[in-house]
Amino acid sequence: MDATPPITAAAAPPAPRSLHRFANPGRFLRASGRVLPWLSAAAAGVLAAGVAWALAFSPPDWQQGETVRIMYVHVPMAWLAMGGYLALALASAAALVWRHPLADLLARELSPVGAVVTALCLATGSLWGRPMWGTWWVWDARLTSVLVLFFLWLGHAALVRAFDEPERGARAGAILALIGVVNLPIVKFSVDWWNTLHQPASVTRLGAPAMHVEMLYPLLVCALGFALAFAALVLARTRAAVMERRIRALELARARREERGMAA
Amino acid sequence: MTLHWAHVAASYALAALGLGALALGAWLRHRAARRRLAALDPRAAARDGAA
Repeated sequence: MDATPPITAAAAPPAPRSLHRFANPGRFLRASGRVLPWLSAAAAGVLAAGVAWALAFSPPDWQQGETVRIMYVHVPMAWLAMGGYLALALASAAALVWRHPLADLLARELSPVGAVVTALCLATGSLWGRPMWGTWWVWDARLTSVLVLFFLWLGHAALVRAFDEPERGARAGAILALIGVVNLPIVKFSVDWWNTLHQPASVTRLGAPAMHVEMLYPLLVCALGFALAFAALVLARTRAAVMERRIRALELARARREERGMAA
Repeated sequence: MTLHWAHVAASYALAALGLGALALGAWLRHRAARRRLAALDPRAAARDGAA
């Protein structure tokens, strides 16, 4: 009896299961097109609930009064500025080590969003500091290290766009992103290592958070909402960038065809 | 409106403006790219959900 198996679809090489499957632009566009509306709707819904909770239903602070409501914007922006930078570093490592083409585009589209989020963290912190500390700005370790983080985001966004060849810009940006990671523990532990005007961590610390649940829960809901909005923005920008790259390739191919036609 | 509420309102307004501007920019880029792609390669654009 002939034991040779028939040639079926099962005999074909298996589809890659890693993130490399999304290196195919068509596959990424199809997957992101399905995910993006749900992600955007979830972000809008969670943010609406979180902001309403923060502004109308959470109590004022016994010391700070109504000003504490700035926390529900400021703290999520600070977490996103740092978490987003970690994501930038991971995408940069993936781009450098595995040459993943989408990781390059993701890093390129992530940095403007990260810069805006970090700017919002600094601006809302300043608006919170004026009535509480009596000053808009102070050169303490936490504020200065977050300012450095903002410049790293801006530097990355500018550097990846500064070269005629996108690959060279992506590589330079990836190296900058990986070097900049050293600033993250400085931001996080600056309030412990130095004597700062900024208060120490009250949510992300070992042991229980030093915050009442009536403030902690709306803060976590706002943080989730802003994180979903951040993810939706980066996904939408990356999707647009994939389409723009495909447009450039198609236009280049068409120009070459026309050039050959004219030469013939 | 007290000084405190002015600062709270400014914080939320800045966040809404910043994220809103990013969302608008992404949507405009997306729409322009989708239209251009549909004109250049209608079959692929329809298949990939970019049309």
